[in-house]
Amino acid sequence: MRKHKKLLLLMTLILAFSSVLAACGANNNNESANNGDAGKPKDQVFRMNLASEPPTLDPGLSQDNTSNTIINAVFEGLVRKGEDGTELPGVAESWDISEDGLKYVFHLRQDAKWSNGDPVTANDFEYAWKRVLDPNLTPASPYTYQLYYIKNAEAYNGGDIKDASEVGVKATDDYTLEVTLENPTPYFLSLMSFQTYFPVHSSIEGNPQWATKPDTLIGNGPFKVSQMVKGQKIELVKNDQYWDTESIKLEKVEMSIVNSAATELASYRNNELDYAGHPTGNIPTDQLNAVKNELGDQLEIKGIATTYYYVFNTTEEPFNNVNIRKAFSMAIDRNAIVEKITQGGQLPAFGFVPPGIKGENDEYRNEVSDAYFEDNLEEAKKLLEQGMSEEGYTTLPEVTIIHNSDDNHKRIALAIADMWKNNLGANVKVQNQEWGVFLKNRDDLNYQVARSGWGADYNDPMSFIDMWVSNSGNNDAGFNNEEYDQLVRGAYTTNDNAERMELMAQAEKILVEENQVIMPIYYYSSVSLIKPWVKNLHIDYKGDIDFTRAYIE
Amino acid sequence: MATENNMAYPAGQQLTPEDFKKIGPDEKQSEVIQRESVSSWRDAWERLRQNKLAMSSLVIMILIILMAIIGPMISKYDYETNDLLNTNMPPSSEHWFGTDDLGRDVFVRTWMGARISLTVGLAAAAIDLLIGVIYGGIMGYFGGRVDEFMNKFAEILYSIPYLLVTILLLVVFEPSLGTIILALTITGWINMSWIVRGEIMQLKSREFVLASRSMGASAPRLLFRHLIPNAMGPIIVTLTLSVPSAIFAEAFLSFLGLGVQAPVASWGSMINDALSGWMYYPWRMLFPALFISLTMLAFNIFGDGLRDALDPKLKK
Amino acid sequence: MLRYVASKFFYMLVSLFILISATFFLMKAIPGDPFMGEKKPSPEILARLMEQYDLDKPVFQQYTKYLSNIIQGDFGLSMKHQGQYVTDIIVETFGPSLRLGLIAIIVSVVIGVLLGMLAALYHRKLIDNVAMVLSVLGIAVPSFVLASLLQYVLAEKAGLFNVMGFNGPLDYVLPVMALSAQPIAFIARLTRSNMLEVLHSDYIKTAKAKGLSWFAIMFRHVIRNGIMPVITYVGPMTANIITGSVVIEQIFGIGGIGKQFVESITNRDYTVIMGITIFYGILLMLARFITDIAYMFVDPRIKLTSRKEG
Repeated sequence: MRKHKKLLLLMTLILAFSSVLAACGANNNNESANNGDAGKPKDQVFRMNLASEPPTLDPGLSQDNTSNTIINAVFEGLVRKGEDGTELPGVAESWDISEDGLKYVFHLRQDAKWSNGDPVTANDFEYAWKRVLDPNLTPASPYTYQLYYIKNAEAYNGGDIKDASEVGVKATDDYTLEVTLENPTPYFLSLMSFQTYFPVHSSIEGNPQWATKPDTLIGNGPFKVSQMVKGQKIELVKNDQYWDTESIKLEKVEMSIVNSAATELASYRNNELDYAGHPTGNIPTDQLNAVKNELGDQLEIKGIATTYYYVFNTTEEPFNNVNIRKAFSMAIDRNAIVEKITQGGQLPAFGFVPPGIKGENDEYRNEVSDAYFEDNLEEAKKLLEQGMSEEGYTTLPEVTIIHNSDDNHKRIALAIADMWKNNLGANVKVQNQEWGVFLKNRDDLNYQVARSGWGADYNDPMSFIDMWVSNSGNNDAGFNNEEYDQLVRGAYTTNDNAERMELMAQAEKILVEENQVIMPIYYYSSVSLIKPWVKNLHIDYKGDIDFTRAYIE
Repeated sequence: MATENNMAYPAGQQLTPEDFKKIGPDEKQSEVIQRESVSSWRDAWERLRQNKLAMSSLVIMILIILMAIIGPMISKYDYETNDLLNTNMPPSSEHWFGTDDLGRDVFVRTWMGARISLTVGLAAAAIDLLIGVIYGGIMGYFGGRVDEFMNKFAEILYSIPYLLVTILLLVVFEPSLGTIILALTITGWINMSWIVRGEIMQLKSREFVLASRSMGASAPRLLFRHLIPNAMGPIIVTLTLSVPSAIFAEAFLSFLGLGVQAPVASWGSMINDALSGWMYYPWRMLFPALFISLTMLAFNIFGDGLRDALDPKLKK
Repeated sequence: MLRYVASKFFYMLVSLFILISATFFLMKAIPGDPFMGEKKPSPEILARLMEQYDLDKPVFQQYTKYLSNIIQGDFGLSMKHQGQYVTDIIVETFGPSLRLGLIAIIVSVVIGVLLGMLAALYHRKLIDNVAMVLSVLGIAVPSFVLASLLQYVLAEKAGLFNVMGFNGPLDYVLPVMALSAQPIAFIARLTRSNMLEVLHSDYIKTAKAKGLSWFAIMFRHVIRNGIMPVITYVGPMTANIITGSVVIEQIFGIGGIGKQFVESITNRDYTVIMGITIFYGILLMLARFITDIAYMFVDPRIKLTSRKEG
C-alpha cells in the first residue's frame, strides 16, 4: 500500500518537473529573441496599443479616437494636419477661397491613388460626402452634422431637399472640387483633415461590410490594413500606391488591443511596445512618479485641447442658484488636483476653451484670458452664504457627484468631495455609475453635479462654444440663455474673424463667469512614452497621434 | 377485526391481566433508530478541539472580526478624509499601514474594508447555504420531474448574464451593500445546490438510506437527518469556498465599477485600487491582500477541521 | 436512450426560450442605447438610427421580431461594430477562449485531482498540509492579482514570457496559470474531501479484506466514487471557463468572448448581448447534459429513472 502511494507521489513530481522544464526550455528561445537587439523591433515596425477595439474603420461613420487613429493612417483628406496645426497639402495640391469665404475650389493632385491602384478623383470626395448626407444611409452617421457647413447639406440630410445635386459640393472635373458653404467658416479648411470629409472608394456601394475586411477596405492613405483579429490586434502595412510613399519609412504598424493600462505599461517596459499612453491608451497614475524617475527621457507630456470639468444641473437644488454654483467652483484647490492627483502636467482650468485652440492671430487662450474666477475660499464662503439666504436654506441640501467608473474620475471626485466637505461644510456623496447609466442620467438631467470632458473636433473655439446653446444635444446643464444663443448665431454668420472671436469670448464669459454653468477643473495633457528609437512621431494640438511619417532608427 | 374480538378462546389459554406488563419509556425509545444527536455534536466539538490547526484558525477568525469592529476606533484617522500632502506614504509610526493615493490611512481603511468584505462574504455565503441546501436537497432527493423542473429553473437562472442582472439591480435600487449582496446571491446559491444535488443523488441509493426508508422515515426526516448530514463534507467545503468567492465577486464588481461606492472601501476594492501601482506602493495592496488570504486560510482550515470532526466515519 | 435524449432536447429548447425572453426584457430595462457617447449624435440622427435598428418600436414588438429572426437563424448585425455579423463576432472571439479554456480545464483537473488524491492518501501528513496550503493560496489570491503578479515576476522581471498578446504557444502559459489556479484549488479540495470519505467507508474495508489489489481498489472504487463531485463541478466550470474570463482576457490582451461580452453590455450592443447569451446558454445546457451522462457511466447506481417515469 505504502509503495503504491509513493508511486503516485512520484508521478505528480514528474509531472510538476516536466511542466517547469517545458517552461524553461521554451524560455530559452524567447530570451535569445529578447536579448538579440535590446527590444528594438526588427526593420521598420512600430508597435502600439489600443485600449479598445475601433468600432468602425469607415471614415463616414467613425466618431471615436481609436477608430480615427487608424482611419488617419489609412485614408487621407484634401489637406493633412501639419505638426504645428497648419494645413499641408493632402490629396489637394492647392486651393482657392473666395473673398466672402463661401466658396472653396480644391485642385487635386493627379498622382493620388487608392490602395488598389485606381486614381483618387474629385468624384470620390463628392461621392463620400453625399453618401454621409444621404438620409437613407444605414446606419446614419453620428457625425453627419460635421458636413452641415456645406450649402443645403442639412436640408438634404433632413429630407427638405430631395435632389442631391443641390448640395454645395461638385466635382467640376476629375481633379477639381468646388464647395459652396452655408456661412463663412474660417476653420473649414482645417475640417478637410477630419475623417467625415475623407474620400471613400466607390466600390463600397452596396457592401455594408466593406470596412470590416482588409481586402475590401480600400484606402488612399499611407498605410493599409493587412490583418484584423477581433478584440486582439490590427496590423497595418505600408501602402505602395500612396502618392508620397517616399516619405513613409515604416513598413508595418502592429496594434495590440488591451484595455488594462497596467498591462500596456508592463509591455512597454518589456519591449513589446514602442509606444504607450495617450491617445489610444493610458499610463496608470499610480506609476507616473516611477515612470518620471525611471523613464523620464522617454516620457512626453504635451497639453492638448480638451477640458475636464464638472457640469452643474442648473434645474436642480441647490445648483439652481448661481451664487452656490460659484461658491462650489471656487472652493476647490485646482493646483492640488493637478499636482497630487492627476500628476500628468495638466493645467488648472478656469475657462472652457482649452489652450491650443487658434484664436484670431495667436492661441485663443492667450488672447482671451481665462481669469473668469479663481480658487478663493473666502469669497466662496461669502457667496455660499449669499446663495443660501437667497434660497432660504439654513443647511445646504446633500450634494451628490456622479461620475462614470474609472480610477481617475473616482480619485478626482473623492478629492473634490473632500474639499467641499472641509471648505464649505457641505454634505457630499460620490456616486460612481456604469457608463450607460451615467450618460443617461446626465442626459436626462437626473443628477446634481456630473463629471464631463470635452475635446476639440476642429481647431476653433466654436468647437467648444456651440455645445451650450439651448437646443444643443450636448448641453447637459439645462442651461438656457437667449443672449448666449444670439452671440453664437452672430459668430456663425459673420465673416470677420476678429468679430467672431469677440462674440465667442463674450459667450464664454456668460457661460463661465456670469452663470458658472460648468466648473472647469483642468486642461488635459497627453502623457505618453516613446522608445528612443522611434523618431518623427507627433501628437497634434488635440492629442491625435500621427505615426505616418515616423521611422525606427 | 370486530369478529375476532368476539371469538372465544379455549380455557386456560385466556389472557389474563397478569400476562401484560407495563414497559418503561426506555424500551419504547429503543425501537426508534436514531443517533444520539446531543452527544454527537459534543463529540464533534471534542474532536475539533484536539485539532490545533483548526483551533488556531478559529482564533485568527475571531481576531480579524474583533479588529474589524475595534480597528477603526483605535486610530485617530477616519477612512475617508484626504491628505493630499501625504499621499502614498510607506508604513510609519504615524500611519501604521501607510497611506493611499489620496493620503488616506490604510490601517483604518483595511479594517473598514474588513467590515464590508466580511459582511458581504458571510451574508452571501449564509444565503447561498440556506437556499442551496434546501433547493439542492429537494432536487436530489425527489429526482424525476421535480428534479428536472427545478434543475431547469436553476440552469436558466444560471445562464442569464449575471452582469445584466447586477447592472439592473444597481439601477433599480440605490447602490448599497444590500444590493451588492443581493446581486451576489441571486445566482450564487446555484453552485451549492448542484453540489448538494449530486451528493444526495449518490447517497440516496446507499444502504442506510434504503434501510431508513423501508422503516417508514418521512421525506424531510430522511433528507435532514440522514442525507444532508452525510453530505456535510462537500457542503462545508463549498461553503468555506463561497465566502472568498463572494468577497472576490464583490472585488470583481468594483473592477467593473459596480462594487461598493467610494469612499467606502472593501478589501477587494482596496486591492483593485492598488493594483496598477503595487510594485511601487506595495503596502496598499499587501495589507488588504494579507488579510483576505489570512481570512481565507482560516476559513478553509477551520472548514476542514469541522468536516473531519463532523464525519463519524473518520473516527480513529 | 434515444427517448431520453429527445426529451432532454425538448427541455433545452423550452429553457432556451425562457432564457432568451428573460434576457431580452432584462436588457431592455437597463438605461442607455448603443449610440450614446461623451459626444451625442444630434437628435435627428439619433432618431434615424433608432428607427434603422427598430429601437423606436415598442419593446414587445422588438421582441417578437427578434424571435422570428433567430428562428430563421438570423442573429443580426452588431449595433456598435458597424457591418459585423453577430455570428461572425461569436465565432471569431470564441476560438481563443475555447483554446485557452480547454487547456486550463485539463491542467486544473489533472493537477487538482492528483493534489487532492495525494492529500487524502497522506491525510494529516506533511504532503496533505502542503497540498492544501497550495490550494488555499489558489483561492486566497484573486485572479486579477495573480495575473498581475505573474506578469510582473515571470514576464517583466524574469523575461520568460510576453506580458501580453496571444500569438505563440508560450503566450498560453501565463493566462492558463492564472485561469486554473482557482479550479485547481477547488478540485483538489473536493477530491480530497470525497476521497477521505470513500477511503474510510465500509465497502473499501470489505474490498481490502477481500484481498483486492491496491490498484483495483483505487481505480474500481476509490477514484470512481471520489471523483463524483468533481464531475458535478467540472461540468458547469467547463462552460464557464471556455466562455472566457473577462479579467484574464482583459489583462493579457486576448480577443476572447468574455471580453467581447462585457464590452457589448457596456456598449448596449443589443444584438451581440443576445447572441452571446444564447450561445452561452446552449453551451451551459450541453455541459449539464454531458455531466448527467458522465454520472451515468461513473456511477451505475444512478439510473435515468426520471426519464422512464416521464
